[in-house]
Amino acid sequence: MEPQLAALIRQSIADRYSLFAPEALADLPDTFTITDPCISGHPIVFASRAFLKMTGYSTHEVLGRNARLFQGPRTSRSSVMEIREAIREERAVEVSIVNYRKDGTPFWMLFRMSPVFGKEDGRVVHFVGVQVPILGRRRRSGVSSCDGDRVSECVFGGSCRREVCSDSLVELGGRVLDLDSADSQGLEIEGPCEANDLEKRIAATAVSNILSVLSHYSESTGRLVCGNRCNLPGPGLLTSSLNISLGRIKQSFVLMDPYLPDVPIVYASDAFLKLTGYSRHEVLGRTWIFLSGPDSDPSVLHQVSPFRLYSFFSSFDLVMMTSKDSSSFWNLLHISPIRNATGKIAYLVGVQNEELCKNQDRQGRTPEMWQLSVVGAVKVAVRSSSMVACSSK
Amino acid sequence: MMLKIKRVPTVVSNFQKEEGEEAARRGGGCGRNCLRSCCIQGAKLPLYAFKRVDKAVNEKGVLQHETTQPPVAFLDSLLLGEWEDRVQRGLFRYDVTACETKVIPGRYGFIAQLNEGRHLKKRPTEFRVDKVLQPFDGNKFNFTKVGQEEVLFQFEASENGEVQFFPDAPVDVENSPSMVAINVSPIEYGHVLLIPRILECLPQRIDRESFLLALDMAVEAGNPYFRLGYNSLGAFATINHLHFQAYYLAVPFPIEKAPTKKITTLDVGVQISELVNYPVRGLVFEGGNSLRDLSDTVSDACICLQNNNIPYNVLIADCGKRIFLLPQCYAEKQALGEVRPELLDTQVNPAVWEISGHMVLKRKKDYEEASEENAWSLLAEVSLSEERFQEVNALIFEAISYNADASGDEAENLLQDADVKPKTHEGVDAINQRSCPTMVTGNQECLVQQ
Repeated sequence: MEPQLAALIRQSIADRYSLFAPEALADLPDTFTITDPCISGHPIVFASRAFLKMTGYSTHEVLGRNARLFQGPRTSRSSVMEIREAIREERAVEVSIVNYRKDGTPFWMLFRMSPVFGKEDGRVVHFVGVQVPILGRRRRSGVSSCDGDRVSECVFGGSCRREVCSDSLVELGGRVLDLDSADSQGLEIEGPCEANDLEKRIAATAVSNILSVLSHYSESTGRLVCGNRCNLPGPGLLTSSLNISLGRIKQSFVLMDPYLPDVPIVYASDAFLKLTGYSRHEVLGRTWIFLSGPDSDPSVLHQVSPFRLYSFFSSFDLVMMTSKDSSSFWNLLHISPIRNATGKIAYLVGVQNEELCKNQDRQGRTPEMWQLSVVGAVKVAVRSSSMVACSSK
Repeated sequence: MMLKIKRVPTVVSNFQKEEGEEAARRGGGCGRNCLRSCCIQGAKLPLYAFKRVDKAVNEKGVLQHETTQPPVAFLDSLLLGEWEDRVQRGLFRYDVTACETKVIPGRYGFIAQLNEGRHLKKRPTEFRVDKVLQPFDGNKFNFTKVGQEEVLFQFEASENGEVQFFPDAPVDVENSPSMVAINVSPIEYGHVLLIPRILECLPQRIDRESFLLALDMAVEAGNPYFRLGYNSLGAFATINHLHFQAYYLAVPFPIEKAPTKKITTLDVGVQISELVNYPVRGLVFEGGNSLRDLSDTVSDACICLQNNNIPYNVLIADCGKRIFLLPQCYAEKQALGEVRPELLDTQVNPAVWEISGHMVLKRKKDYEEASEENAWSLLAEVSLSEERFQEVNALIFEAISYNADASGDEAENLLQDADVKPKTHEGVDAINQRSCPTMVTGNQECLVQQ
């Protein structure tokens, strides 16, 4: 793992819940992970002992990785979609899903995920994911991915839960031929599987235990958390789904909020921080003019000032920027307005391209085309992540 | 008897004129830098050559693949950058990111977009909907008539097995390159058309190679929110020139979340399931020992449908891991006057995107009143009846189990035979088929493989 990522992961838990929290969490008997949507790649920042034992991984193999590490060919894609959607909508979800251990053996588990909200600003700071292994195999008439509270609505749901597996091979009027044998452990992985009430209760209890530990330790840092959204996210705050989507874009860029005074930076990519040497909290909330170096052409800077930003759109200009260690560098800057799902301008994106001469890694594409691809990726991320069902807003 | 519907065709290119205008222009010089022989000589366009990995799906291999999270893939980045460039050059008819869009509250999360500009300035045109296979007609609009500036890049499998990009590659007319072009009436950001072997002027009809190219594109883009779609004639394709569509929408589609019921796993490792609890009946294909196995299975199913004159739509989702195949009968119902007027009033054409749960609405009223019930009742009209769906499945399973048994070359020959002697092509037959299930030749036994 890169040192920067390792540091971010340590801080993710310690800054919010104090240095003592990992120990307290480790003492819990539950199998769970905690992920941080604000770190690029939405990585695991904590994994419980029981979880490591169940999956066969060590801590350092799991921290910093995305939970898709545990998915494999037999993981139902529609269940993965459901989890993705819950993350996008910042809500809890419960789904039965096939995961894989380190040795490659698949197993069924009940996955229950719940967001953790920061009390002060209503932002999602973490997701807690509890994994309860499903013991014994229960079929649901061949219908997959109707889970949790949806089971009762499912046409086939519930009615034949205890159906014997061998019967299901001849369901659908004998048309089905199941060529796949059960896996090495004798647990059948094919087809759907439903957790029983006990397993569901275990998962629910675990989530509430973990949340109460987190909430307890958050008091010691003064940065309180809770399991339910207490506040709507304030202005200038990004949803976790937008953070996750933007985290996938590896180039250097910032998002600015044109509706706040001085058009402050509300998101800065990892590459931007690397380029300038600043840490995220030193950049967020500030107008990016502070980065411009003494040698910048004042007329260009004037255009970039908040009053003139709109006339600056869609052009490429050379500006001088200064990094934290006071070194200056030329930068090709491109600014574009970014609209959200309502079709209104929500942000400005500023895409940097450090110097023009470093063409070697661009595989034959001009710096301008690279910058435009960032604009495109940001447009997709912002538009899509602001499309939330109207009822939940 | 010939079945026709009237609809407003979508303008996909700035060079797509009303039929009358098109005729009036012919005869003079072209002068619009198109892809036909008048302008193509000496033309240079970016070329992206992808590495065709025929991944063997052993579980370990896939696991390793899953665990490395690549940064934004090159194709993804190329496509977004070129598309944004065309935005800034003003080639689109409207800014699609200025079109309001939302997720409709409810269990399924249908997505609605209000797009009032997409169908302006076009007259309704008659479309024949009772023939899934129709010959290519060079007099009608086709993609060789688009301007070169609408082409983003040429797309092909790399000859040396490595990803290659050439910003200014000469167009090799002899080798009939495949091209990715913008749709000037986008329904979402990054809306493009993949036109396989564009200069060969193939009609809208799936073949194995072209389908593999589309699947390659989904795999190569490596973005689960970049999906490809296909509409056959009779299932709301408007242009009879072989093409797939694709765009970005970083929201799960309702069809991707729909429960499925496994039907079978073929010898080649392709698992086939049936959608359940979804308004449109359809099949889901996934897995396969190699990408080609998956591709060939789906292509053979498509070829079977088009040879039997059954209109259908295809969605390639989840980076090419899952493919949805949806036979449909809406246009036929519409032509026969069996669709309720209130549904027709919305002018929503249920093509692949609508069927997948992404509804593009033309009227503000429909957008504001959009509800899960409305979306559901429209899509329910699109679906085949359960009885007909099972008949169609029987045909498909007969075709793919037959082809799976045959060795590669043999299978191709059989397919070509089938292409030469299509089973039913006349419109009258199509109607009869719907009302006369006895015509269907498939039987239950063909589904069982030992």
